[in-house]
Amino acid sequence: MSDTLNLTLKVWRQKNAGTPGKFVEYPAKNIPTDCSFLEMLDIVNETLVQQNIEPIAFDHDCREGICGMCSLVINGVAHGPERATTTCQLHMRHFKDGDTIYVEPWRVGAFPLIKDLIVDRSSYDRIQQAGGFITARAGSAPDANSVPIPKQNADSAMDAAACIGCGACAAACPNSSAMLFVAAKVSHLALLPQGQPERTRRALKMVTTMDKEGFGNCTNYYECEAVCPAEIKSSFISMLNREYAFAAVRDGVSVI
Amino acid sequence: MATLDSKIPSGPLEKKWEKHKFDSKLVNPANRRKYTIIVVGSGLAGASAAASLGEMGYNVKCFCYQDSPRRAHSIAAQGGINAAKNYQNDGDSVQRLFYDTIKGGDFRAREANVYRLAEVSSSIIDQCTALGVPFAREYGGLLANRSFGGAQVSRTFYARGQTGQQLLIGAYSGLCAQIAAGTVTMFPRTEMLDLVVVDGHAKGIVVRDMVTGKIEAHAGDTVILATGGYGNVFYLSTNAKGCNVTATWRAHKKGAFFANPCYTQIHPTCIPVHGDFQSKLTLMSESLRNDGRVWVPKKKEDCGKPPGEIAEEDRDYYLERKYPSFGNLAPRDISSRAAKQVCDEGRGIGSTKLGVYLDFSAAIKRLGENVIRERYGNLFDMYHKITGEDAYKVPMRIFPAVHYTMGGLWVDYNLMSNLPGLHVLGEANFSDHGANRLGASALMQGLADGYFVLPYTISNYLVTQAGKKVGTDHPEFVKAIEEVKARTEKLLSIKGKRSVDSFHRELGLLLWDKCGMGRTEASLKDALAKIPKIREEFWTNVNVLGDGNDLNQSLEMAGRVADFLEFGELMCLDALERRESCGGHFREEFQFEDGEAKRDDEHFAHVAAWENVGEVAKSVRHIEPLNYENVHLAVRSYK
Amino acid sequence: MCFSVRPYGRPDVTTVKAIISFYQSSIGKKWIVALTGLVLVGFVTGHMIGNLQIFLGQEPINKYATFLQGLGELLWVIRGVLFACLGLHIVTTVLLTIQNAAATPQKYAVTKSQAATIAAKTMAISGTIILAFLIFHLLHFTAQTIHPEWQGWHDAEGRHDVYSLVIVGFQNPLATGFYLLGVFLLCMHLSHGIQSFIQTLGLRSRKIADPLTTASPYLAGLLFLGYAAIPVASILGILKPLH
Ligand SMILES: Cc1cc2nc3c(=O)[nH]c(=O)nc-3n(C[C@H](O)[C@H](O)[C@H](O)COP(=O)(O)OP(=O)(O)OC[C@H]3O[C@@H](n4cnc5c(N)ncnc54)[C@H](O)[C@@H]3O)c2cc1C
Ligand code: HEM
Ligand code: SF4
Ligand code: FES
Repeated sequence: MSDTLNLTLKVWRQKNAGTPGKFVEYPAKNIPTDCSFLEMLDIVNETLVQQNIEPIAFDHDCREGICGMCSLVINGVAHGPERATTTCQLHMRHFKDGDTIYVEPWRVGAFPLIKDLIVDRSSYDRIQQAGGFITARAGSAPDANSVPIPKQNADSAMDAAACIGCGACAAACPNSSAMLFVAAKVSHLALLPQGQPERTRRALKMVTTMDKEGFGNCTNYYECEAVCPAEIKSSFISMLNREYAFAAVRDGVSVI
Repeated sequence: MATLDSKIPSGPLEKKWEKHKFDSKLVNPANRRKYTIIVVGSGLAGASAAASLGEMGYNVKCFCYQDSPRRAHSIAAQGGINAAKNYQNDGDSVQRLFYDTIKGGDFRAREANVYRLAEVSSSIIDQCTALGVPFAREYGGLLANRSFGGAQVSRTFYARGQTGQQLLIGAYSGLCAQIAAGTVTMFPRTEMLDLVVVDGHAKGIVVRDMVTGKIEAHAGDTVILATGGYGNVFYLSTNAKGCNVTATWRAHKKGAFFANPCYTQIHPTCIPVHGDFQSKLTLMSESLRNDGRVWVPKKKEDCGKPPGEIAEEDRDYYLERKYPSFGNLAPRDISSRAAKQVCDEGRGIGSTKLGVYLDFSAAIKRLGENVIRERYGNLFDMYHKITGEDAYKVPMRIFPAVHYTMGGLWVDYNLMSNLPGLHVLGEANFSDHGANRLGASALMQGLADGYFVLPYTISNYLVTQAGKKVGTDHPEFVKAIEEVKARTEKLLSIKGKRSVDSFHRELGLLLWDKCGMGRTEASLKDALAKIPKIREEFWTNVNVLGDGNDLNQSLEMAGRVADFLEFGELMCLDALERRESCGGHFREEFQFEDGEAKRDDEHFAHVAAWENVGEVAKSVRHIEPLNYENVHLAVRSYK
Repeated sequence: MCFSVRPYGRPDVTTVKAIISFYQSSIGKKWIVALTGLVLVGFVTGHMIGNLQIFLGQEPINKYATFLQGLGELLWVIRGVLFACLGLHIVTTVLLTIQNAAATPQKYAVTKSQAATIAAKTMAISGTIILAFLIFHLLHFTAQTIHPEWQGWHDAEGRHDVYSLVIVGFQNPLATGFYLLGVFLLCMHLSHGIQSFIQTLGLRSRKIADPLTTASPYLAGLLFLGYAAIPVASILGILKPLH
């Protein structure tokens, strides 16, 4: 069986948005190295319940790195120290016995805190609603093979589409910028022929909404790329910059 | 029985759906916005339904418990989605997909539903492509396919190992467009806790706002449940932590029949359990079996050795040996059981001896590591993250785990439950997979239901409801809200000694043991005796901290576990009453000498639909006979 | 041309409105910073190449200076453009910096940078000191308010003896120190700035991304060497004033 660790957690606890929060220290004893970070929190929560302390609230669902629900800034890094890994897939074998671990929520103005480590990421949904779609009514689609798409384009679109919408990009960005997320969304559809008719509108509206939601601007720090569990490349941000500028030009001097 | 009218249209199988669509009533476009439709669930089934109904002009309210509709558990599907496109020119057809699905379901599904599913499968791929789903393509730019268990054609479309995610993002983006257009109102972080029935019709739901704790009701002209499966009754499963039976169970308690709850699918390729702390099991897509070979040592003594030290002739590639024509691609139930058998014989591997190898060395030698990386890179990475092992070098260790539930609320051909006004879609209904679902068919079913079936059939009900609106001030609503509040307060007031999780684990272990891969009369009776005791202790000794006017995850889980504690009993009851083995339901008393499942078509070629009459133990079993007019019931053979 | 039909349904948007909303957007502002930055980089590079003629002797550099002076109105146009770019660059980066600070109301207790370089994190600071340096530098060499007597220096051909005044100017260790600091910060600014404008102007693709990101600090380093060479050579006596 696996080895175990004894750790000290410093966890951000905050009852709700209106109440100030603080760090609270909890010991995490006998944590098997084979368990995930969230399973470690489960173990800690179980002991808290035994002591009649309200368990730590944290978002999670699939626990297999795909739903994008889990979050947490672990010792200053969104999703913790492992590259390309969500918190739920981060395993305790990457920590050492005796470690002190700071656990904080995403701290982004556009992600208001709900409770403890849980934030409200609905701003990402609103960005998507602004234009992150292709209008195609069910029943109206042509045969899927009627428009061949070069494998390379399909693959690049897939690279962008892999974004799990977790918000780590904005959380890791010193400016709280959502550019990597928006870039992934805009690029995914801009790279496909089906995405062309709404291309201009999509870029303009999504970026406008991103700004309106209060996310910061991109200074090209690339912190987002470093923490992104889906390995979305920052070159997509460059593509978004291009998409947006072309869209603005088409919008401003439309010739037809 | 009158209550179980499946409403299957008359006429030849291939004409039924066409005929039904023509015979169906229509709602005038101008009148559609007058109808409010409640959709609970935003997975493939719920999101596609909500988006389509919104596009059609209905006034839709959609609910999900996650913080965003895009996170529904459909997102976790890896392998792919089937469709009878025959793009590979390898002999596929609607008829063949239909037959494979019926056979895969061990002849326990409705012919007409399955045929319709196969018929609309093609349109799903078209629709998803139009929405921008980046399916895998060949260099020529056309769509690529892979093969999946239970089929001898390549009909599975995929997007790397993230097919479910891509399909859901597609459906979600369509939903977003409707939210923006104002036809759909989305309620994330909102959990349905009860169904409201007025004069025998489903007219609304009671929900809890998971952020503010507010309990309130929503009224509509019809309610659609697309709330996914109940696999989490086993505690450990490949489902997301939040997956629950609450929505369907509450509906069941309000009169909807629960069909075939004992049909649960155990997926053969999951990462084995490695400790008590484990909170979920992770699936390794079945597509891995395209290139991976499953084996265990021939001799028990070898099981402790590192795999590399076991000589080729000492390895038992048991799937290839037992099922030469399907080999490693034998259907899920069969592969899972075969793994259980070799482990029962003491030939399991790993520290728990509950594991078998899935070995890629032959494929790597044949195709090169890069090809394997291209095909399954993300799965290998995931395996590495969880186990710390490199599957390019050592074989993966896998073991079966609970994965999918074929059972669900009973629905007729219109996808409406016996409770008028309640429609059920996706994994939450029982309709298309019989006793075992083939890989890549659940995504197909969810999208078929939401995009191409329900939008046609729902009007049959809606036209009967013109002018019959009820508001949330109706006494039934007021009563339902009060009940939910009382239950919530009760859970919060027990303040006992045990955590919610500890009860869930206890129930899960019991069910896995007694009602898992193999079931016997004795084990089921044992479970039936124990579940009520756990339930009783739960209601006297659970400790739910915090209060109800706030985000409270223990409270959320407590409500779900309370329902699992009732549902688990029904599942065992159903398993006990089905005295045959079929698909995912394996009664050890009913097997052939070689260990294959022995069906009893004479007595059990039917759907068992349970009616709740208060106490679970007293539930009434209704029967919908399955009439096979087009396929010949045969012993399912994959040899 | 017809400006009224817009395929994506924003008939209310006129070109002027579109320009304003472009500038109001985060990406629009970044484009302005990058474009003005690019102009300034162009200037900085050209300026350095021009200045390096000092190593060719008094003749070429004084000739070059006279040529520039001789541009007359054109020189003022160039200066105008440069000042406008600088102004726009500063105003826009100030706006961006304010917005960025507002976007993160609560800071983390622990932060561990995963990618951002020191240069990237200090753009605002390096920029501000560069501005101070620029003002000093202009007063020092262009307006010559600090040493009015330099106005009267001429070479044999009667041209203004830029050659000598530059070298004399740099023989003051204080001035040279500040100059080196300014140039160092400028190059630090550009070690992030060069790859940054490529990224911002949408010129980056995955294939050229890494080489350019890697090259950016080296290009900045070259600029630094070019600029530092003159004061260092002056103070070490390699370059000697003829006045
Ligand atoms: C790991 C994994 C891999 C799989 N791989 C494949 C595959 O490769 N191919 C394939 O065909 N199938 C696969 N399946 C099966 C398939 O993914 C599911 O059966 C299918 O996606 C279910 O879709 P759904 O829309 O019915 O439910 P879900 O996607 O589970 O959605 C349920 C929705 O209901 C909501 N909900 C649930 N309860 C409540 C409540 N009480 N109140 C409010 N909202 C509620 C949830 O928020 C969610 O939005 C896989 C399943 C798993 C678990
Ligand atoms: C000759 C002088 C200057 C040059 C050549 C220059 C060049 C550049 C370049 C190329 C960039 C990158 C643009 C991008 O991100 O795409 C940049 C960014 C920046 N500059 Fe300058 N700059 C100069 C002066 C200044 C001054 C005087 C200030 C300060 C007041 C300043 C502040 C900034 C800031 C804060 C950024 C980062 C903006 C962001 O990305 O958010 N710069 N500069
Ligand atoms: S771009 Fe990466 S970090 Fe940002 S939301 Fe998507 S997956 Fe998360
Ligand atoms: S819980 Fe789903 S990605 Fe972590």
